[in-house]
Amino acid sequence: MSETTDQVYESTYDTSDPYGGNSPEGEGRVFTVGGGDWDDVVEAIDPNESERIVVNMGPQHPSTHGVLRLVLELEGETVQQIRPVIGYLHTGIEKNMEYRNWTQAVTFITRCDYLSPLFNETTYCLGVERLLGIEDQIPERVKVLRVLVLELQRISSHLVWLATGGMEIGAITMMLLGFREREKILLILEMITGLRMNHAYVRPGGVAQDLPAGAVDAIREFIPDMYRRIDEYEDLLSANPIWLARLSGVGYLDTSSCMQLGVTGPLLRASGLAWDLRKEMPYLDYETYDFNVVTETAGDCYARYLVRINEMRESLKIIEQALDRLRPGPTMVEDKKIAWPAQLALGSDGLGNSLDHIRTIMGTSMEALIHHFKLVTEGFRVPAGQAYVPIESPRGELGAHVVSDGGTRPFRVHLRDPSFVNLQAVPAVSEGGMISDVVAAVASIDPVMGGVDR
Amino acid sequence: MTEDAGTRRDMFGASGFGDTSGFGGLVVRATHVVSTPKPYGEWFDAATSALEAAYPDFAGAIEAVVVHRGELTLHVKREAIVDVCRTLRDEPALRFEMCSGVSGVDYINDPTGRRLHAVYHLLSMTYRRRIRLEVSVTVEDPHVPSITAVYPTANWHEREAWDFFGIVFDGHPSLTRIEMPDDWPGHPQRKDYPLGGVPVEYKGATVPPPDERRSYA
Repeated sequence: MSETTDQVYESTYDTSDPYGGNSPEGEGRVFTVGGGDWDDVVEAIDPNESERIVVNMGPQHPSTHGVLRLVLELEGETVQQIRPVIGYLHTGIEKNMEYRNWTQAVTFITRCDYLSPLFNETTYCLGVERLLGIEDQIPERVKVLRVLVLELQRISSHLVWLATGGMEIGAITMMLLGFREREKILLILEMITGLRMNHAYVRPGGVAQDLPAGAVDAIREFIPDMYRRIDEYEDLLSANPIWLARLSGVGYLDTSSCMQLGVTGPLLRASGLAWDLRKEMPYLDYETYDFNVVTETAGDCYARYLVRINEMRESLKIIEQALDRLRPGPTMVEDKKIAWPAQLALGSDGLGNSLDHIRTIMGTSMEALIHHFKLVTEGFRVPAGQAYVPIESPRGELGAHVVSDGGTRPFRVHLRDPSFVNLQAVPAVSEGGMISDVVAAVASIDPVMGGVDR
Repeated sequence: MTEDAGTRRDMFGASGFGDTSGFGGLVVRATHVVSTPKPYGEWFDAATSALEAAYPDFAGAIEAVVVHRGELTLHVKREAIVDVCRTLRDEPALRFEMCSGVSGVDYINDPTGRRLHAVYHLLSMTYRRRIRLEVSVTVEDPHVPSITAVYPTANWHEREAWDFFGIVFDGHPSLTRIEMPDDWPGHPQRKDYPLGGVPVEYKGATVPPPDERRSYA
């Protein structure tokens, strides 16, 4: 074993290529040139590849909205190929839900698309309610409350899109403005649900709790303010030459491409098709609200910007109507076998069951205590079957495929997240364009990686 | 429903000790696909008749028609799934232009052994209707033809169903893992995929995986 040093070198390194040297990596492709013009030689060897480089954009990149990885094949600044790679934020939410009861699962699904958690909860709960066969028993106030918080959240989600999308193409002012107004919505949502994000407010059969005192006033105060702010954004951006140059004509996707790629939401509406589930296949009595489906025809980033801006105005209209419709009433279904005991109150250690409720069940009724215990620990059973009740989220068709085997836990929940589907359009909107337009195009898709990867 | 081999009886889910407080007497029956008798109601009769007229081998391709909670599900033989999709998309009386998604479900107790289901959600924007197609295969032979040629949007959905359930979509342009790392072993959303516990640094104790914890269902 003493004289093996040379042998090791020989056996490890491939020396069959006389030009390759004897380093383990080699020296890449080797060409033998026997004279002639150098440019002709290079051209003949490889007309394209010499200029092509592969760039990994992300998964940690400020303009990929979270942990999206884009593998770009560039020729100069032109994108020849783009391949989105996802999975960096996969947390197994769907699998986790299978080991929690039907009500607990809400706290998981709310964490999928973190910019519109109430939408995740609502589509899941609508599916569970359909399986339970209690769709007709949902109290009026519950539906109005759901519409109210959903539309508030739609505005806040669009604001994040406007803020981050603006920042990515250099409009830092827009970022500050967008997050400023979003903060006001988060304060209202915190007032109503107790949390700024991941609310777990919508539950099978109703909502977690009624509006607290002052919430209606806070929303009423917010509405005119928000109308004014939206005008302000438009004054700032709509005719701004830089904004126009970066967005108009960029990231074009027409209606038929949207249909083939399954793209829904603002992208589809910006390509000219007025498809909004709130209007076309209504849920939560949306057909009784007066609002318009905003469409544009250009199909580019600027059209998507206009759609989202105007959708915020429409959402404000819906919020106004929902406030007018609020009548006192229950916030949970009548059926005590389903209605999660949610008499919540703010205590010294945070939000929890109200002391009055605990005093009643502990002190006066053994049956009520047992019922409370069973419902919270074991949960209710959902008849076997499957349901799919999609809703219009800020990003498009969001639906939960809910499967029950008759047990107290979801057998399977699959979230059809619009971000996941719309991301498939990244090559279609970016290939052939400039690398700087990739940023604008991906931003206009508005993907939220929490929803993409779940 | 009758009880059979796939039925699961449970006290709590916990085993090894006699804790009976809160005893629920849980019985989870195996999943049966039971055809709904005609008439189905709503638009379902018209749609199935239109499919029957446009797709001659309807009886051979459709194993069951289920109407439940106002939703229509067609259980399709896997050989026919692409043609059924194409007919549903192109037939003027059907016009299911959009595929909302493909999701996998693992009915582990399925008495027929075909436990892996690929579930397709189709949407007709023309008629404002939704239909669900379901294809079931065994774990040993998990092959389903890909519908990406009919609905390109199914590309990522099928990759996800492959990744999580191990359903092989034949003819898919690049059936690779999408959420899990490329070298991940197994298909995590199958019901028999082992769950991990969490090792915690407290006197060698570990938190058991969720299916081994004391549970009430």
